[in-house]
Order: sequence, then structure tokens, then C-alpha cells
Amino acid sequence: MHAIETKDLTLSYGDSIIIDQLNIEIPKGEITIFIGGNGCGKSTLLRSIARLLKPKLGAVLLEGKAISKMSTKEVAKQMAILPQSPNAPEGLTVLQLVKQGRFPYQSLLKQWTEEDEQKVNDALIATGIEDLKDRPVDSLSGGQRQRAWIAMTLAQDTDIILLDEPTTYLDMTHQIEILDLLFELNEKENRTIVMVLHDLNLACRYAHNIVAIKNRCIFSQGKPENVVTRDLVKCVFEMECEISKDPLFGTPLCIPYGRGRNIHKQAVGVNA
Amino acid sequence: MLLKNNRQKVLGLFMLILLLAFFICISIVYGYTDTSWKVAWDAFQQNNGSNEHLVIETVRLPRALIAAAVGSSLAIAGVLMQTLTKNPLASPDIFGVNAGASFAVVIGVTLFSMGNFQAIAWIAFLGAAIATIGVYAIGSFGREGLTPMTITLAGAAVTALFSSFTQGILVLNESALEQVLFWLAGSVQGRKLDILTSVLPYLVVGWIGALLFASKMNVLSMGEDVAKGLGLRTGYIKIILGIIIILLSGGAVAVAGPIGFIGIVIPHITRWVVGIDHRWIIPYAGLLGSILLLIADVLARYIIMPQEVPVGVMTAIIGTPFFIYIARRGFNGK
Repeated sequence: MHAIETKDLTLSYGDSIIIDQLNIEIPKGEITIFIGGNGCGKSTLLRSIARLLKPKLGAVLLEGKAISKMSTKEVAKQMAILPQSPNAPEGLTVLQLVKQGRFPYQSLLKQWTEEDEQKVNDALIATGIEDLKDRPVDSLSGGQRQRAWIAMTLAQDTDIILLDEPTTYLDMTHQIEILDLLFELNEKENRTIVMVLHDLNLACRYAHNIVAIKNRCIFSQGKPENVVTRDLVKCVFEMECEISKDPLFGTPLCIPYGRGRNIHKQAVGVNA
Repeated sequence: MLLKNNRQKVLGLFMLILLLAFFICISIVYGYTDTSWKVAWDAFQQNNGSNEHLVIETVRLPRALIAAAVGSSLAIAGVLMQTLTKNPLASPDIFGVNAGASFAVVIGVTLFSMGNFQAIAWIAFLGAAIATIGVYAIGSFGREGLTPMTITLAGAAVTALFSSFTQGILVLNESALEQVLFWLAGSVQGRKLDILTSVLPYLVVGWIGALLFASKMNVLSMGEDVAKGLGLRTGYIKIILGIIIILLSGGAVAVAGPIGFIGIVIPHITRWVVGIDHRWIIPYAGLLGSILLLIADVLARYIIMPQEVPVGVMTAIIGTPFFIYIARRGFNGK
């Protein structure tokens, strides 16, 4: 069975259709990355899978069950979502933030338990922020803050984690750090990870499964080395490029055409 | 944050309860009619029907209890509104809820000669509800939906609208003016205990409701998307919080008129004292609100003795500089 499936999913904001009758299957235990141009609906699709946006038509199935028929707390025990650039209230500490991840397990009768405490500690350790736990979230650097938010989704103890552009506003070092962390979570704990990413080359490196979205539909889906081609980039991003191989990882590497300084040409010029 | 750990916070809570009891006593003992602690004690032990004992039993005691109940209701309503709208300026007075309830009460009293206090309470709830829904609807208008800016503007508009309606009615109906003028300025004076007891059940429901939903408010304050992702039914929680706000501010206005500034000042002071966990904020805000209104009411008796200033004027004197301070810090609290 697939972790997530959509059945004829149609999404809209008001009258404008963003995603049209989309059927997608997201494999269990893999990293799936949505790519596509600005405004192609990849974030909207992710939000809808996370039940943050009600579909106009169709359904999202979680482990084969329609998400709209499940209680939202039940869903929260199976699937966590980290929205794009979330905002913690001023003064909230890292520990308080991560503890919120246990909300789906709390009720008026069932208060904080040993297990809750354990999951929170595990999440802090997995993300390497146990030393920061008493610091206010708003005092952290961008990379640390994102780790804290990821720790919250880990504390939620779900098999599936959705992330909407988890590396936005981060510098290159921290982008790699966050993606490595997610890769490790997938490798070690076999969690299903679904995210939206802007950087095609990093997407090719980290994704087992890439989903390219164009014109309200899926353009293609599969292993990056099978689907990421010149034609795909031309159609999905409307950009000319060469696809090479990442010299370190062997995954597809997209090199865009365009203007800019060209040292090859300069060298030719000198020789002539 | 002033209080760092749970032990300090529990201790602080006990201190505030003692302080509340102390200020209730102060409010009972001090005022225009000269009384002493002993006289007050006797009034409850063996009331001899003397003027002093009568003042204490029928004037001072209701007044103290009303101030305490109204102060905490407005403060808690302010906390809920600030959390719900993520707007540091949100409070029942700034966002027009008090103005709406006042207008409804003035209509009820002047046009329909309502005397029954239950009826007045219900019409106050109705006014508060109309104002709340109005502010929410006007604030959500337009492409960007509900932002701190649009909701503040909507609140100002609704406040202005209801205040001018109220004034219009009073200009046309002079006999009513005297009846409601002191009430309109916000006052806890000259009200009998049964006025409080008829509204108290609604206020108690509001207080307990706010406490029960405190941890859900913590989740809500992380933002709509995060809260939904964690399995909070945000739409349903917002409606419940809206109803609690209407019960608390409508009830407070019905008893004491539109008393301003408690609802905006106390939530900020409370967060400064105990931080951002609503499980602490709600009880602290309730106690601090009671205490502030009791102090303001006692001061109101002494400023232009033998006359009294409406307590709403006192809270405004205390609250305005604070309001300017919050506004200058900006919407994002940075």
C-alpha cells in the first residue's frame, strides 16, 4: 500500500483551479520531492495532502483511508506537516515548541506522560538541539530554528512527514544540514518524507522519487535519474539547460543556459 | 518573563489570591462614609442596622465583588482576543465589543424600558455578538483577508459606529441620559448584589471555559497551519473562544458599563509576568484584572472627594499611556 494517494484531486482558490483531477501515489519509506515553477501548485498540493486546504473535488487517502473521514487528531498521529516559514510566538522556548508536537496525544483526561517526555527528548537529540532547549525560538539562527521546528514534527511521532520548502531563507551550509537530517531520518527510521523544494539539483540528490508539476497536473514522476531530462526542465521550468552528472553523487545536475560571464569564450577569444 | 519556573508561578498565584482578598477588604473599608476595619467586621458578624453597617453591606460589598468579577472578565476576554487575532491591540473596548454591548443595553433600557436584569444581560450578549461578528466580517473583507491592520481598522469603525448610535439615542431621549450616563462611563458603583448574581453564571462559564481551552490556545498561537497540522480543529476552537469573549465582555458591560483598558493592559502585564503559556496566563490575567479594577475603583473615590470619578475614567488614565506604549512597539511586538 502507498503512504499517500490522491483520487481525482481538484484544488482551487475561489474560482481558479490550481490542481485538476490529480492522481498520485506516494511510496512508503521514501523521500518524495515536488518540483515545479513558481505558482504551479506544488505547495497547494502539499497543503491539501496535509488537510490544511479542503479539496474542491476528489480525495486524499492516507494508508488507504480517506483523510476527510478520519478525525484530525488521528491524522496528526500518522502525518506531520511543517508549513513554509512557520512563526513561533515571541518568547516561546525550543522545549515548549517541541512539546507542542505531542498535542495529538493529549486530552483533558490524558495529560503529560513518560512516553511524551521520551519522544520530546528523542526529537531534541535527533535534531541536535538539546543544548538549545531553553532558548527562545526567536533568538536562534535560521538553521537552528528550522531544526527546532523539525524537532516538533518528530515529537509528533508520525510515519509521514510533510515539509513545505524547509530550506527557504537558509544559506547553503544550513540547506545541506537540514536535508542531511531529513535524509538520515528516512534512512535510519524509515520515515516517509514528502517535501517541496526549489533547488532542482538538491532535489535530484536527496529524492528517491521526484514529482514534476506543470499545468495543474503531474508532468512526470519517478527516480530523478530517469525523469530529470532537458525536455523536462524545458517544459516544467521553461528553461534551456544541459543535464550533466553530479561529479560527487552521480545524480542529475542541471546546468542552465543564459547569459553571464563565460570564461570558455574569453579563452577562445584570447587564442584567436 | 518575571517568574521563571513553575514553583515561582504557583507561589505567585497564591500571592495574587491573597492580594485580591486584601484589596476586596480595602474596597469594603475605605470610602466616603467613614468606616474602620472593625466596623466592617461587625457589619458581617452582627449587623446592627446602623448607617455604616448598611453602607458596608448594601453598597461596599456588592461594589467590591462586582469590580473583582468585571475586572477579571475583561482581562480574560482581552487575552482571548489577542490570541485569536494575533494582535497586541486587541481587546473588548478597542475592537468594538464593549461599544456594541453598550449600544444594545442603551436601546433596551431607553426604547423598551427594560428593567429585568436577565433581559439586560441577554441584550448585552446580543450587542457584543453583533459587534464581534461585524468586526470579524469587515476585517476579513478584501483580498488579503484578516490581517492585524484590517481588524484594528474594523474595530475602530465598529466602535465609532456604535458609540455615535448610542449618543444619538441619548440626545433624542434626554430622560434616558440621566439613567444611563454614569453607567456608560463605566462604573461599578450603586449596583445591587443581585445584578451581579444574575450575570455571574455566564461569567463563571466564561472563566472555566477559558481555563479549559488554555492548552488549545497555546497550539492556536503557533499559527493556523501548524495548529491544524497538530490536529487542532481551529474553526471550532475559534467559534468557542468567540462565544467566551461575548459572554465575558457582554456580561461585564451589562453589570458595569463599558470599562476600558483593562482588556488591553492586563494581558500584556500578564505575559510579562508569566510568559506565553495560556495555562498560566488565564488565571493570572483574571486575578490581575480583578486587582487592577479594585484599585482603580478605590482611587476613583478619593480623587475629587466627596464626589466620585467613574471607574472607567480611572482605568483610562492608567491605560492610555500603556496603550501608546504598545502601539509604538508595533504590531509584531518587536
